[in-house]
Amino acid sequence: MLLQEATAGAHPLSGSIAEWVWLIPLLPFIGFLINGWLAMTAASHVGPKDPSAAGHGAGHAHDHGHADSGGGHGDDHHPVARHKYAALVSIIGPTVLVLSFGLTVAIFMAMLGVDREAPFIRTLFSWIPAGELEIDAALQVDPLSMVMTLVVTGVGTLIHLFSVGYMRDDPGYPRYFAYLNLFVSFMLVLVLGASYPVMFVGWEGVGLCSYLLIGFWFSDKANADAGKKAFIVNRIGDFGFLIAMFLMFGNLGALDFVGLAAAAPGLGFNSALVTTICLFLFLGCAGKSAQIPLYVWLPDAMAGPTPVSALIHAATMVTAGVYLIARSAFLFSLAPAAQLTVAFIGALTALFAATIGLKQWDIKRVLAYSTVSQLGYMFVGVGVGAYTAGVFHLVTHAFFKALLFLGSGSVIFAMHRAYHATHNHDDAQDMRNMGGLRRYMPVTFVLMWIATLAIAGIPLFAGFFSKDEILTSVFARAHESTLAQISWLGIPGTTLLYAIYAMGLAAALLTAIYMTRMMLYTFHGPNRSGEREQSHLAEAPWIMTGPLVVLGVLSAFGGWLNLPPVLPLGPVQLLEHWLEPVVGPATAAVTGGAAHLEHNTEYMLIGVAVVIAIVGMAVAFARLKPQRLVPKAQAPDEQGFERVLREKYFVDELYDRTIVRPTVWASRNVLSTGVDQGIIDKLLVTWVGAGIPRLFGWFGSRLQSGQVGTYAWVLLIGVIAVLGAFTFR
Amino acid sequence: MLAESLALSAVLFTIGAVGVLTRRNAIIIFMCVELMLNAVNLSFVALSKVYGMAGQVFVVFVMTVAAAEAAVGLAIIIAIFRHKQTVNLENINLLKG
Repeated sequence: MLLQEATAGAHPLSGSIAEWVWLIPLLPFIGFLINGWLAMTAASHVGPKDPSAAGHGAGHAHDHGHADSGGGHGDDHHPVARHKYAALVSIIGPTVLVLSFGLTVAIFMAMLGVDREAPFIRTLFSWIPAGELEIDAALQVDPLSMVMTLVVTGVGTLIHLFSVGYMRDDPGYPRYFAYLNLFVSFMLVLVLGASYPVMFVGWEGVGLCSYLLIGFWFSDKANADAGKKAFIVNRIGDFGFLIAMFLMFGNLGALDFVGLAAAAPGLGFNSALVTTICLFLFLGCAGKSAQIPLYVWLPDAMAGPTPVSALIHAATMVTAGVYLIARSAFLFSLAPAAQLTVAFIGALTALFAATIGLKQWDIKRVLAYSTVSQLGYMFVGVGVGAYTAGVFHLVTHAFFKALLFLGSGSVIFAMHRAYHATHNHDDAQDMRNMGGLRRYMPVTFVLMWIATLAIAGIPLFAGFFSKDEILTSVFARAHESTLAQISWLGIPGTTLLYAIYAMGLAAALLTAIYMTRMMLYTFHGPNRSGEREQSHLAEAPWIMTGPLVVLGVLSAFGGWLNLPPVLPLGPVQLLEHWLEPVVGPATAAVTGGAAHLEHNTEYMLIGVAVVIAIVGMAVAFARLKPQRLVPKAQAPDEQGFERVLREKYFVDELYDRTIVRPTVWASRNVLSTGVDQGIIDKLLVTWVGAGIPRLFGWFGSRLQSGQVGTYAWVLLIGVIAVLGAFTFR
Repeated sequence: MLAESLALSAVLFTIGAVGVLTRRNAIIIFMCVELMLNAVNLSFVALSKVYGMAGQVFVVFVMTVAAAEAAVGLAIIIAIFRHKQTVNLENINLLKG
């Protein structure tokens, strides 16, 4: 303790409000306890026993009105049994987030004025003191963790507010907010942890909350299965994270970021060991952040409530992998082979998921594949050592993807309400049943177009700057960097980086196409929801559109966080300078201090990106005719490659055949009947486990004569033996 | 005096121990156990001259415990006699494995 206080004493933030950083994750946790308690005390009194009597989609609780809503058909607001603590939960759930956000902003303000070279470590207590292993429960305040904390609490607050409107009629309302608060709490532990084990606690915690929220309407088996799938696929990644931690502790003797950063250069540049550690870390990232080959859980995770998809499966949790790599920059800068792997897998995922997004009909699945694709972009960024670009895209993506998801939630909410009013059981999430919604939901329509322009990379919107910075960085690295000089699986680094750049451009083109497609089919053309339903379509209440407006502003102007130096729009590279103390050395190690690209080259790259985005949108406008679309029920099946895309390249089926079924078969026939019943039961239990003790037992029982005299002799001999042993020792 | 007392104590203890080991009658074995206890008491008292009063305090404890043990032990022996009509330990081997 004394040592820690001495270290902290030297830091300019000690004694400031940053000492209270532990309250940031604690506040949502208190919210979780209160909401969870309310959920448990009221569970038996409220609503139907089966929370999913409603089936799939949003606004489930509306369905409970069915039985007693006889005369209310023309009315959107059926008499529903709202949870009796709904009002209290609506206050507690978002308030704890607002308080956390306020505290984060205060700490951020305190950081602005001081020297930020060294991270501020707030040690709470010694968590695992075990011999050489000394792990403190400590939080780290530095520029990178502050950026993440601001995003998590800021976007989290908006999504909590949106949820108040979206989930208010659900019988599981307090349970929902309990899980959501718990998620934010763990996410904050993840981003604030000062060592890998503390981070891992948050990492596993968000996985748990993800599982709970995907299966929130768990009585529908498909939802529960989706939750399980997410959890199990993530286990594979967590295994990698654990192995990486073991290797780090075994070879470097530390697990906190400060200690590791000091010891890491001892591993040697491009050594097999550091590459192994980085690849295992990346396996963890691939699980959490849905990269090839572990991306399959994320599209299924859309089974959860839509605000959950926005918060967990778009804005925050799935970006944890990107954060982990940025946080481990000191390791990755030593392992160029691992960096190229990260960048290549990222580019491959970006392109692969974008193609699937082209043919999805479920509005949330389009966004899910879009998220996988954009996460791939972020990994390209952090993979080529452009950590700022990766984190920048993480931030802007949090803005526009949260907006897109919440907007789609607003659409689904309206569709579901309309279908409910007319007792229609069509799919409220299928775009073929939508169309022309701009007339009914103008606010959502405008805001979602802003987000679409941002994600497509139209100039001056947030996504344009972040995506362009990633692509420019890749191009610059191919030109001159340590990555370009090594060869990766026999491919020269330069060639690979140019290939990654080309894949990034192709993914950008596809992004523009599938996002425009989604907007065209949802908001343009004629309405396909049905004659009677149209009169029930309406904009969502203000508690839902309000957060959308804030996110819309952020999606439009988020690019100003990190303007490129070549464009005269304002103060340049704010985020770059802010993150410099954390990732600056690692970036410099990759670039080798090389000069920036020539301005003409940069202008050309920006021009290419803009042309790609505009061409993509133009193609979509020219080729896709929402007028010709028919509702889902009448739609013909796709043929050929379109079918392959709609079926997601049959990857789930491939995994089922090659991994799941052989595993089940081997478990049943080899492990169960062979190993368990044959070897363990017969050989080990019957022979070794029962036979040998019986033999010893027989031998031992011969010694028991029952004669007290014999025992007395044995006692005497024993005493003499012990005394003799002590005397003649 | 000390040496003589300790020698006497050793002799008494040995007699008691040999008695416990060789005799078959439960009553006699019981008396031999008492003999061993009192042999120890004797050395306690003798050594208290050298090491202080703690030895004498211990003797009081040992006598108390011995009294309790005598009560319980004799009760057991009576119970065994009622059951088996003998107190010869060679005929008592219920614990034989």
